[in-house]
Amino acid sequence: MTTAVDYNDLVALLQKQFGKGFTPATDYVEMPAALIAQVAEYMKNTLRFDFFDMVTAVDYSDHFEIVYRLQSIQNNSLASFKIKCSKNTSVPSLANLWLGANFQEREIYDLFGIEFTGHPNLKRIVLWDGFEGHPLCKDFKGKVYDTAN
Amino acid sequence: MEIESISSAEIEHRESDGIEVLRIASQHPIPDPDDWLDENIKRNVIFTTVDAALNWARKTSLWPVTAFTACCTFEFIGASSSRFDIARFGMEVLRASPRQADLLVCAGTLTWKMAPQIKRLYDQMAEPKWTIAMGACAISGGIFHDSYSVVPGYNHIVPIDVYIPGCPPRPETLLAGIEKLRRKIEKESISKPR
Amino acid sequence: MTLPTEQFILNIGPLHPSTHGVFRMRVTLDGEIIQDVEPVFGYLHRGLEKLCEKHTYKQNIPLTDRLDYVSAINNNWPYVMAVEQLAGIQVPQRAEYLRVIMGELQRIASHLLAVGSLMNDMGIFYTAFMYMFREREKIIDLLEMVTGQRLLYNYMRFGGVSMDIPTEFLPALASFLKVMPGFLDEYDSMLADNEILLSRTKGIGVLSAEAAINASTSGPMLRGSGVKWDIRKTAPYSVYDKFEFEVPIGSSGDCYDRYRVRMEEMRQSLRIIQQAVVLLPAGNEKQPVPLRLRPAKGETYAQIEAPRGILGCYLVSDGTEKPYRCHFRAPAFINLTVLRNLLIGQKLADAIIIFGSIDLSMGEVDR
Repeated sequence: MTTAVDYNDLVALLQKQFGKGFTPATDYVEMPAALIAQVAEYMKNTLRFDFFDMVTAVDYSDHFEIVYRLQSIQNNSLASFKIKCSKNTSVPSLANLWLGANFQEREIYDLFGIEFTGHPNLKRIVLWDGFEGHPLCKDFKGKVYDTAN
Repeated sequence: MEIESISSAEIEHRESDGIEVLRIASQHPIPDPDDWLDENIKRNVIFTTVDAALNWARKTSLWPVTAFTACCTFEFIGASSSRFDIARFGMEVLRASPRQADLLVCAGTLTWKMAPQIKRLYDQMAEPKWTIAMGACAISGGIFHDSYSVVPGYNHIVPIDVYIPGCPPRPETLLAGIEKLRRKIEKESISKPR
Repeated sequence: MTLPTEQFILNIGPLHPSTHGVFRMRVTLDGEIIQDVEPVFGYLHRGLEKLCEKHTYKQNIPLTDRLDYVSAINNNWPYVMAVEQLAGIQVPQRAEYLRVIMGELQRIASHLLAVGSLMNDMGIFYTAFMYMFREREKIIDLLEMVTGQRLLYNYMRFGGVSMDIPTEFLPALASFLKVMPGFLDEYDSMLADNEILLSRTKGIGVLSAEAAINASTSGPMLRGSGVKWDIRKTAPYSVYDKFEFEVPIGSSGDCYDRYRVRMEEMRQSLRIIQQAVVLLPAGNEKQPVPLRLRPAKGETYAQIEAPRGILGCYLVSDGTEKPYRCHFRAPAFINLTVLRNLLIGQKLADAIIIFGSIDLSMGEVDR
């Protein structure tokens, strides 16, 4: 059975390595956006979390939250992270560590407008180049095609 | 027993009577027996109009090109597989190239990103050509009509002849729609260009 | 004497003659060898995640069907599981077993289509495809008996399934289970040792285990590379821990192994269905649930083993009757990441086979 790591233990371990800023919750660890690249590298190489399950973003009007799920196939365990970033800021990309992050980060850029620095090929993926705006943001207005409704 | 004895003059007289009778009766030639000829013509020659012949040829061998975008694809493929079999309508030849096809089957949701390709496909087809909009997404955008990237119906991009409702339409519905298209083709005329 | 050569950019797609959907590849060729691939998709991006925020929770269930339209029942499952976790709804045992039976039937149908399309791409012009569609029609008949629909079933509900099975379903399922192994043997006799199949798939598109894990592949692609990772065993959901079945894995990670994994998974699915039919308890098929469901505020994640990989649903609720955010972790989208690495250095004809063995469904890739 895939078990989630004990988040209190994980926070203690990470605080020893990287200093303050980590907050454990029931299902995830919250951390500052600037540390994500180093923490990810630590999780992959030292703690052997080799499977990058998912990354997605949520728009909470005044800030974005980016949710990561990492799994370890050898130990059958799972660790979840969250970072908060304000609008118009950028976040380090994890595509160079895990290839699986590549398309998912491009999709978040396309639909939310969050930039990932260090991504090898950051451009729109599911929408066309000339599309205006980022549709999954809560303040996206209207459709491309105006009908009576 | 008595043998009648006739003189040779009498024999000649009777024979010449027979010749005269035959000569009078045979003044006009016997008409040729052409009833058998009539049957063969009926079996081998059809009289029709140009319109009917042309429409019959066009409707019974519609070759589809497939604008297969989404889920309705698999109902079209189900219709063309052995259970429902559109080959009996002359349509099993699915051409990948639009130049060799005359029916555009629009199956699936159309997005604005895909729309120029469909327009190009339609423009590349040679006349006469027909289009079928298959499924709710093709008619009006369907369940996705209020999305930011979906064209509300193929008829914003290409003219449509037959709309087939359903999400996805059953293969029997698709065959009924094709039959409607064939009825429509029957009514066309070369004197009235499409 | 060396000939002066130039690289040539070839555009494959977006309308394929094969049935993989609207996918486009811009391939840079040097003669016959591929130098670079740029996959372009989004031709079927229908804004599903944004539409999920507009509708109530129950109205989103038919939307999820349209994700991976080849195996529609499995797409309802993670969404329904996620809402049940948030709202604290218990699912009766009979409903769980019914979900498993329908899900596994759908897995067989999906794999039949995947293998049939791969054979099609290889040049068996529709023969294997038609044979496999013949079996797929049998499965669709069974599912139509229960749900009333042929392709997009809208079967699962919060707290169970939408309707119970009719009386003629179990005898029909029993006769299907009796004949299906014979048909799978027929395919194996035609295809498994086929010289053309072996020469076109063995050693082509080799994906090593480390590369597969790093690229977050899942499903038969990952198992074909030798990694034994199946959510039904490693993180069992629903009642999968009550069944005995094996997880087939490949050894070398080439196209042949992925094809064999899919064929073996079909046999294992038949085993699961047989056990589920025997263990099927009596009871309700669903729990009564309010029409306008308002789950508790919070977020959750639910995942299942769909035919193409790990399908997950990340759901954020703000206490109202509409979801705040609903994201689908689509396996085909993530499996596609490794396409570029697999294709570079291969011939163009092999590229089509490799692409077919990844087994995409564009509704899922683009959402």
